[in-house]
Amino acid sequence: MKTKLLTAVAATMMAAGPALADLVVVDTSYRTGPYAANGIPFSDGYQDYFTLLNERDGGIGGEPVRVVECETGYNTEKGVECYEATKGEGALVYQPLSTGITYQLIPKATADGIPLHTMGYGRTSAKNGEVFKYVFNYPANYWDGASLAVTHIMDQNGGDISGKTIALVYHNSAYGKEPIRTLESLAEKHGFNLTLLAVDHPGQEQKSQWLQIRREKPDYVLMWGWGVMNQVAIQEAVNIRFPMENFIGIWWSGSENDVKAAGADANGYKALTFHNLGSDYPIYDDIQQYLVDTGKTAGAGDQVGTVLYNRGMYAAMLAAEAIKTAQGIHGVSDITSQQMRDGMEALEITEAKMADLGLPNFGPEFKVSCQNHGGNGFGAVSQWNADAGSFELITEYYQSDQDVIAPLVAEDSAAFAAESGITPGC
Amino acid sequence: MLYRESGDFSTTYQQDGQTFPIKFDRYRYYALMAVAFLAVPFLVNDYWVNAIFLPFLIYSIAAIGLNILTGYCGQVSLGTGGFMAVGAYACYKLMTGFPEVNIFFHIILSGGITAAVCVLFGLPSLRIKGFYLAVATLAAQFFLVWLFNKVSWFYNYSASGQINAPERTIFGYAITGPEVMPWVAYLFCLAFTAASAIIARNLTRGSAGRKWMAIRDMDIAAEIIGVDPLRAKLSAFAISGFFVGISGALFFAVYLGAVEVGEVFGIVKSFLVLFMIIIGGLGSIFGSFAGAAFLVLLPVMLKLALADNVEVSTASDVASWIFFYIAAASFVLLVVALVQKIIGKGGGLAILWGGVAVVSFFASALLGGGLGWPTDIVAHLQLMIIGLLIVIFLIMEPHGLAQLWRVAKEKLRLWPFPH
Repeated sequence: MKTKLLTAVAATMMAAGPALADLVVVDTSYRTGPYAANGIPFSDGYQDYFTLLNERDGGIGGEPVRVVECETGYNTEKGVECYEATKGEGALVYQPLSTGITYQLIPKATADGIPLHTMGYGRTSAKNGEVFKYVFNYPANYWDGASLAVTHIMDQNGGDISGKTIALVYHNSAYGKEPIRTLESLAEKHGFNLTLLAVDHPGQEQKSQWLQIRREKPDYVLMWGWGVMNQVAIQEAVNIRFPMENFIGIWWSGSENDVKAAGADANGYKALTFHNLGSDYPIYDDIQQYLVDTGKTAGAGDQVGTVLYNRGMYAAMLAAEAIKTAQGIHGVSDITSQQMRDGMEALEITEAKMADLGLPNFGPEFKVSCQNHGGNGFGAVSQWNADAGSFELITEYYQSDQDVIAPLVAEDSAAFAAESGITPGC
Repeated sequence: MLYRESGDFSTTYQQDGQTFPIKFDRYRYYALMAVAFLAVPFLVNDYWVNAIFLPFLIYSIAAIGLNILTGYCGQVSLGTGGFMAVGAYACYKLMTGFPEVNIFFHIILSGGITAAVCVLFGLPSLRIKGFYLAVATLAAQFFLVWLFNKVSWFYNYSASGQINAPERTIFGYAITGPEVMPWVAYLFCLAFTAASAIIARNLTRGSAGRKWMAIRDMDIAAEIIGVDPLRAKLSAFAISGFFVGISGALFFAVYLGAVEVGEVFGIVKSFLVLFMIIIGGLGSIFGSFAGAAFLVLLPVMLKLALADNVEVSTASDVASWIFFYIAAASFVLLVVALVQKIIGKGGGLAILWGGVAVVSFFASALLGGGLGWPTDIVAHLQLMIIGLLIVIFLIMEPHGLAQLWRVAKEKLRLWPFPH
């Protein structure tokens, strides 16, 4: 009890400290645990972009950005602690990078009036901004991913995949279960058979799932994996000599860490993406000049240019653009989280804007609106080139099957609205 | 001086058998309860409730439950996480199936359902013991998690397999959902924790508890003196399951609000609660609280002290520097004491100086708003420090924090005239 009182005293003193007039962005990262291999590059990219803005431009709109990092270890209880610890500092936006923590935070953040940006993860039906007012999942979501993968398979087969078998290897959690409903609808529409293979957290044990794949010989395997699960799955696929070009991962299963462990045999493995890859962009000159040369990179600084680093940077870029939009709308530089929400809802990403930022053709163009918090569902397929040691885009950006996804989004968000007593509306 | 029985006369059997026979202890207990129920609710904010008090209170109930089974009845269980999941899912099904019934009764009922499940998995304990029983309960852990993932009826066929607590109120105040006021959630859990502790304390010193302890100490001897092992063991499973189920229900409904069974109620949770009762002290209600506090507070304290980097008030900053100098001075004294020890001339106070140095270093870091170390290093340090402390505890004091507390009380009773 005494310790508790002591810490309580300490906390009141901390709370009494002066509030800083910064733009506070929280990075709930995980640099430890079974998902660290993927958490580190994302977090590095996220932080580096804001550091770059501070170093090069003096912040956003003249207001410096303060990134508060909090380690979650991909654990929901630590995620709660992080959220409660940082929300009082005036956090503008949360990027939890965990579907479990996202589900936790959706009601809390909505009640506290702080927007969540769940870029390409989280609750898919949050695309419906009339119900999920504080949740944004642009530019693409899991159901887009499921549809994009199936469309890619159809393109490979001349548009007809009836009678083919597609297996889904998924992380047995809310994250992995998300695409199932869409894949079932798509299976009905296109006449393919769907096999579901769940892998339990953290995903190191997948022998039986891959034995089943070897026995049943599905034509294609889709994967919804994260962290150590990706490496194990790709290694197992190599072990059973599954043709790698028929093995397609979601964007969270397509980084260098995931394929490198399997060596040259992983060559040809495909993964979806909603942003461009590589470091051949003007912004990397600035990163070199302002961060790498001065030693100001986050973490060890060895992740620059990897797939997930780019994704973290892309997330930070979208957040920074939303801040700029919000500053423009409200005419103040030191915005609040409510104003940040308005900025995110009015966000428009155009090719000209991206080129201006030093990221030409980096991601799809999209425009957020009150009805649509999820972008237009554009994505592309990338393929691992083991000789070059990099993922390369093999398709253009194309759109997911909105005929299937839109009714599912409407149905799921309506269910959520009824469950939690929300009246949809703008 | 203050802490002794003399002068405090018992005139009834009730007085003689009370939980706190020493007057000072009794008043301390009343004061603690008064502070917890009447003062703390006015002081807490979201952070203190959601990051510290709720996990502490809820884990305390789980630790009390496991302590009854393992500490008092000697039946090792590695299924606590699975049984907490039963409580959570029972609560979810009841909340969504009977929304008109108050959540208070749902939580009690979830405890009852968990008790039934726990008895079912306790049946093998009648034939197997020790490590073998641990493996049987481990099977329960994996089976229950698999079940709640596999059968979609348990999560009302939701696409994500998550369960989300809908908003429920008690006396017009929200208890679950996002609009909960921190003091309401705190008081609700505190009431359950206090009631659990009082019930558990009275059960364990009554005939039920004596039977459990007889079974724990030697089951054949217990049977010879007339203890029915079937009833004793299964009642321990049932009552343990009841408390664990309540903690699981609170964990889901009040604390987290959304749960994914594999992640929240996995094997890690079973071990965590087991560590709590081992560090706190097997066979002690106070030990359950001490262990829960230790494992909930320590990681948060380490994070606040090492990883955070916040602006603090001047007073706090000054205090931080004072503690820093104390830490530095006691470190120097520690080194001196160690050198004296090595050359064989005194140095008996090395442990004291070491302890003072560590404590004041953390106080300094905490008051200064944290040291701002990289979060991954702090996360690894947390694991190392907690692991190290567990090892130190097991070597230096295998009976846990409760035994330290007991020894301290014994010494206090003789103080200041120990001879």
